[in-house]
Amino acid sequence: MRPATTNVKTLKIDGRDLSGRQEETILEVARQNGIFIPRLCEMEGLTDVGACRMCLVEIKGQNRLLPACVTAVEEGMEVTTDSERLQNYRRMILELLFTERNHVCSVCVSNGHCEMQMLAQRLGITHVHFPYRYPKEEVDASHDRFVIDHNRCILCTRCVRVCDEIEGAHTWDITGRGIDAQVITDLNEPWGSSETCTGCGKCVHVCPTGALFEKGRSVAEMLKRRQFLPYLTMMREENE
Amino acid sequence: MAKRKAMSKQTLVINPVTRIEGHGKVTIQLDEQGKVADARFHVTQIRGFEKLCEGRPFYEMPSLMARICGICPVSHLVASAKACDAILATRIPTTAVKLRTVLNLAQLVQSHALSFFHLSSPDFLLGMDSDPARRNIFGLAEAHPKMARDGVRLRQIGQQIIEKLAGKRIHPAWVVAGGVNEPLAVETRDQILAVLPEALQIATGALDWFKTVLDQFREEIRTFANFPTYFLGLVSPTGELEHYNGFFRVVDSRGNIVADKLDVLNYADIIGEACEPDSYLKSPYYKPRGYPEGIYRVGPLARLNIADRCGTPRADQEWAEFRELDRGAVLSSFYYHYARLIEIIYGIERMEQLLQAPDILSKHVRAFAGTNNPEGIGVTEAPRGTLIHHYKVDDNGLIVWANMIIATGHNNLALNRGVLQVAKHFINGTKIEEGMLNRVEAVVRAFDPCLSCSTHALGQMALQVQLLAPDGEVLDELRR
Repeated sequence: MRPATTNVKTLKIDGRDLSGRQEETILEVARQNGIFIPRLCEMEGLTDVGACRMCLVEIKGQNRLLPACVTAVEEGMEVTTDSERLQNYRRMILELLFTERNHVCSVCVSNGHCEMQMLAQRLGITHVHFPYRYPKEEVDASHDRFVIDHNRCILCTRCVRVCDEIEGAHTWDITGRGIDAQVITDLNEPWGSSETCTGCGKCVHVCPTGALFEKGRSVAEMLKRRQFLPYLTMMREENE
Repeated sequence: MAKRKAMSKQTLVINPVTRIEGHGKVTIQLDEQGKVADARFHVTQIRGFEKLCEGRPFYEMPSLMARICGICPVSHLVASAKACDAILATRIPTTAVKLRTVLNLAQLVQSHALSFFHLSSPDFLLGMDSDPARRNIFGLAEAHPKMARDGVRLRQIGQQIIEKLAGKRIHPAWVVAGGVNEPLAVETRDQILAVLPEALQIATGALDWFKTVLDQFREEIRTFANFPTYFLGLVSPTGELEHYNGFFRVVDSRGNIVADKLDVLNYADIIGEACEPDSYLKSPYYKPRGYPEGIYRVGPLARLNIADRCGTPRADQEWAEFRELDRGAVLSSFYYHYARLIEIIYGIERMEQLLQAPDILSKHVRAFAGTNNPEGIGVTEAPRGTLIHHYKVDDNGLIVWANMIIATGHNNLALNRGVLQVAKHFINGTKIEEGMLNRVEAVVRAFDPCLSCSTHALGQMALQVQLLAPDGEVLDELRR
């Protein structure tokens, strides 16, 4: 339950005078006020980790850029969410994500419904200026109903968080570090032989790309329902 | 022409061959007297689709394999989906079969229209020896605007039917393992039915005209890959022209059926694949006769040679007249053009029949199942001939092995022999004219090869001819 009295902070985002509760982040306040800040790992209903760095914003008086999803609002803050510098950084981050694994939109189950693809279009990415890595990644189709294609994973960890925080199973986790990091099920076993997975499918629906999908889906057929999450969280909190 | 040395052998290279789909070249070996000793057609691109699909879930295959080609993505889509149906080991809804058949026929119409009007008709209307700078669709539009307009329109109709059914013209994702992913809407059906009469009018008009000019091409008819071969393709259980289902039938050059009602699943028993060191395209042959005696042809000419009839009224009339051209099977590959026009008529008539079927609007268009069979084979008739997709999957449905035999591949042996036949007839090393080389290209064009598909690339479509001495010295060079 939220405290009865909240401490309200007033701040400026893109020149607009706004206010938010002290525990709210810049991203939340911006979203409530219809200001778009791109993000790939953040999701309403899950804790924030600041992994994707897409939501970096400028704050007056600070030289470094801060991720809006994990930066709480402060009194008198002046935030800029869109500038040439930010756009350049965001494009670069997204381009690097594209080079890291094998993202081939045209033959992807999520083509046309992918958050990363939509963001690339919105940011006007027409080319990737870095060499692709073309790693050889596996597809794990051992689960009865779902498939993980590591070629399309951007390590946002939404699946890890939703499984831990909402479902309570903690089937997903991360192994390895840096460029070798990978999402795994249980202790790096095939998904199909996972003892903890309840088969609820939440991970599939929160995944921003085509990395997690329902078995049998063909190209462009994987539509994800992400709107359920805030309701689930809300109902849990009310029941507590 | 070249300063001639104390001559020994020479090699003529036509690279790339123009107005075809994909990237190929022709080399012609001349002997000491300047006569043609040998000629070869080489496919100079490699794609590797069979390899890159390994490890992918099989239900991604239809769309993945459709990327082989931008001209005939639908053919691959359908053949691949059929192979996936076999992995599901389920019977797909009859409406889905009909809808896929209509899509496949729309593809046939647009591809044949492209081959006939855009690529080959400049040779017929402007002449084999006309100025190469104008011997193309643009030259055609100036000299014979109606013909050019008709060609563009007919292809547009085919493409629009694909778009209406499947959502987009190129690489649609509508066809899936187990059926199609959207039923047909009544308005869409009516829109398609409304454009078919215009398409039929264009196609019959073009065929009537083509029959009147055949006499001008006696020499080409006589020499354009005109020799005995087997013919292979699918026919329906009742012996009619068939592009989606059916059995294999093989006929010999006299038109006799040598094998019939062969299950497509046993394709490996009748088709062998040989490799040649100078081409990325394999050379399939009819296995019971061995290599290279088992040379056979597929595609429109073969289909009309193996079928007992077409099965639609106007196409049946034209088919009967067509089969009168030769005593047995129709042997000249120049008649591929003729056969293509008849198939366009058949395609339009058949689409109309299928779209008027009472169950075509059924909402039940997809069957769902898991990996029930470790192997799947899908065979269809693509515009250029029999198309075979064959996959093996692991327990989880990931592809472990794939083999595809593409229409153009079947014709490889005949293409090579045809190039040699034309070169021998038209080329004399003492004097080489552009029109002679165009005929060498035109015989390749008659088969309407799709090299992008057949090697499972991209080509700069300009013609370069080099006259080489045996030591590799360039004696002369011609560029378009």
